[in-house]
Amino acid sequence: MDIPYTSKVRPDTGLYNGKLGVWLFLASEVMLFGGLFSAYTYLRIGAPPDTWPHGWMNVTLGTINTVLLALSAITTLLAWAALKTKQFGRYKLFGLLTILLACAFLGIKSYEYRDKLTHYQVQLNDGRVADGHLVENNKDADYILLRGHYAANATELLDGRAKGHPAHEELKIARADIKSLKNYGPALNNFLAIYFSITGLHAIHILGGIIVFAYLWGPGSKMWFTAPARFTNRVETAGLFWHFVDLVWIFVFPLFYLT
Amino acid sequence: MSQPEAHPSHGSHSEPGFLRKYVFSIDHKIIGIQYGYTSLAFMLFGFFLMGIMRWQIAHPGEAVPLIGNFLQTVFKDAAINGVVSPDLYNMFGAMHGTIMVFLAVVPVLTGAFGNYLVPIQVGASDMAFPRLNMMSYQFYLFGGIVMLASFFIPGGPAQSGWTSYPPLSLIVPTDGQTYWLVGMVFIITSSLLGSVNIITTIVQLRAPGMTWLRLPFFIWTEFVAAFLLLLAFPPLEAAGLLQLVDKLTGSSMFLPTGLAVSGAAAHAAGGGSPILWQHLFWFLAHPEVYVLILPAMGIVAEIIANNIRKPLWGYKSMVYASLALGFLSVLVWAHHMYLTGMGTVIATFFQTTTMMVSVPSVIILTCLLISLWGGSIRFNTPMLFALTFLPMFAIGGLTGLPLGFSASDLHLHDTYYVIGHFHYVVAPGTIFAVFGGIYYWYPKMTGRFMNEFWGKVHFWGSLIFMNVIFMPMLSQGMAGMLRRMSDGGINYALSHTGAEGSLPNMIMEMNRVILWGAIGLAIVQIPFILNVFISMRKGVKVANDNPWDATTLEWQTETPPWVYNFRKEPVVHRGPYEYSVPGFSRDFTPQTEPDNVGAKH
Repeated sequence: MDIPYTSKVRPDTGLYNGKLGVWLFLASEVMLFGGLFSAYTYLRIGAPPDTWPHGWMNVTLGTINTVLLALSAITTLLAWAALKTKQFGRYKLFGLLTILLACAFLGIKSYEYRDKLTHYQVQLNDGRVADGHLVENNKDADYILLRGHYAANATELLDGRAKGHPAHEELKIARADIKSLKNYGPALNNFLAIYFSITGLHAIHILGGIIVFAYLWGPGSKMWFTAPARFTNRVETAGLFWHFVDLVWIFVFPLFYLT
Repeated sequence: MSQPEAHPSHGSHSEPGFLRKYVFSIDHKIIGIQYGYTSLAFMLFGFFLMGIMRWQIAHPGEAVPLIGNFLQTVFKDAAINGVVSPDLYNMFGAMHGTIMVFLAVVPVLTGAFGNYLVPIQVGASDMAFPRLNMMSYQFYLFGGIVMLASFFIPGGPAQSGWTSYPPLSLIVPTDGQTYWLVGMVFIITSSLLGSVNIITTIVQLRAPGMTWLRLPFFIWTEFVAAFLLLLAFPPLEAAGLLQLVDKLTGSSMFLPTGLAVSGAAAHAAGGGSPILWQHLFWFLAHPEVYVLILPAMGIVAEIIANNIRKPLWGYKSMVYASLALGFLSVLVWAHHMYLTGMGTVIATFFQTTTMMVSVPSVIILTCLLISLWGGSIRFNTPMLFALTFLPMFAIGGLTGLPLGFSASDLHLHDTYYVIGHFHYVVAPGTIFAVFGGIYYWYPKMTGRFMNEFWGKVHFWGSLIFMNVIFMPMLSQGMAGMLRRMSDGGINYALSHTGAEGSLPNMIMEMNRVILWGAIGLAIVQIPFILNVFISMRKGVKVANDNPWDATTLEWQTETPPWVYNFRKEPVVHRGPYEYSVPGFSRDFTPQTEPDNVGAKH
């Protein structure tokens, strides 16, 4: 006794179970990311004047990632269409492309994370701020090495747009002059906190998508030879999820990169 | 949603092993029973926490009798000589609320009753996604274990209320809050999987002829509750994740600028907002109230319809009212936040929606009340619980009105009046419906009745002691006694003796009355617990598969139901409550009965 409508469509609802299930799941996901984007809005509106940063993200990398995800949306669709036209080889090709594009996205994302987490703001005792990537931070030495530049104060660093990049040079800073040392992690300010929260959760979704696609490409694809209709449905529901993940990025990109 | 072969055991006639049958079962009935035992155990545990707190409130500073030594062993500095310290009181308060709402009452309604009844009542052989169903229970169990584990870590469990308001929840320097947040993420995931399953089952797996308006009212309430869980829980998950980021990375999305802790500036970048948490929290936690109440109304409607032997009055109005209730319930959350200085315009909006949301609740209750008119009522134990639900929920609902108006809420906010109000909704309201449901469906699950005499002892005892506990709280709150005071307000009363607004002796004395009520309530649960287990072997056997002469589908299959519920797919010919239909020889006409057969003399 099998559960009905796992591969066939129920006539009066026009859906098979998995499709309804995944749409409900996505509705829930909309509310999850909706909650997070509401939090972003609330924090940004509520931020005291001159505390919300602009232009802190690398727009080039963000654009490349946007393109990667957009391409992967097309390849998922083509993979599903290939199954619909019974071209299993084509499915394998586009399935693999989807996985590779998603992995490339995660690679770029981790590079960006690493860049932020090794980027430091050093508050000096004389009021100035040194800003740059940490080159050397040997606990035994009485200085640190930073590749960056000096600013009059932290507020000057808030707007990264338009100013062009100040010349970066290697700065040697004596530990005695340092008041505090903070990297561009979540604790620096709320822009970064909500940035890491939202993109982190998004990256987990990408990872989940990769696992699902890899399963459907590898061991799971055996089902094509036993229950092709059902296998096609699985690829379709996975694709629906993937399009949602892409869609979230379409909101992430302007809110964090183009601001 | 990938869903591997629905039932691996399908088609094979070999009996599944013990693990597959009882632990990793994918049979919705077994999963329902797993949920039932687990959530009732959590309910008992949450009640014990409360008992210890009531002792501390009535006898502040005195060692807890019987288990004082045990408390000291587990909680060390927080329970020196068995005395409940303010910290311990806060931990128990936070965990009592969390356990009761998220681990006891919601799982028992949607996990236990929902799982067991939804597929059978719509005429399906199982849930739409049986493996997901199993995972949903395991996520829930794991979340619960994380919560329980936090009792044994240094510093104890979360202690910032079940609402976990920052900044308090973030500045308490122990790991309890982290456990709470991780546990919540698992519980929310579980409820997500469960509600996807329930909705898909109701939409996709209805038997032939089971049209929308032939669904039992209980199915409608589960349907709406599942949508609320599906759509209102994720914002709390979002909030929980953000709080976890705050807690673990030292960010300050919920911490404001200039925060001082114990007189010293806090180490936080600032710029965040504690109010943001409140919005995200209550966006779930108010609809959650309707998750707590709607399936309870559904259970009550089933029991009442069966025991008045006539159709429910206004079934369609009840269905539409439950949909309206679901929709309006997501528009009222900020009525928990009148005291945050939100401004009168927004307060007016939320008090208007709050008044509106009471209308559909009243419609449902009124329909049930009018249904009683002219019925030949059978006063068995399930019916007593169901009938009592009506006035008890009414007290809970009506005492909510002064809290919904922002002007009167300013006075009552955070007093024992609030505690009395929502406990009337949940304890003698929802939990009575749960008890009624257990007595009502027990014969279907086991093939035996629960003992009627001890059932009535359980009922009358619970009714009396519930009221002894919660009625005084309404007075205490109106007198100005605040919640969350670990000494029950005695220090406040003593330091203001005779002054305007102080707490008179009579109000303080009520703390002892309530303690006795709590002890009494604990004692009358003993016959219930014994009844559940002893009746499995010794209870009166049911004479046939439909011992209550009921109409809905779960009674039209064998007892206990076969592993795939129905030997032959049922075909539905009529609505759910066709009792005493003229022209039929029996006073009930099952949904499966065709028009032309049976009974037309």
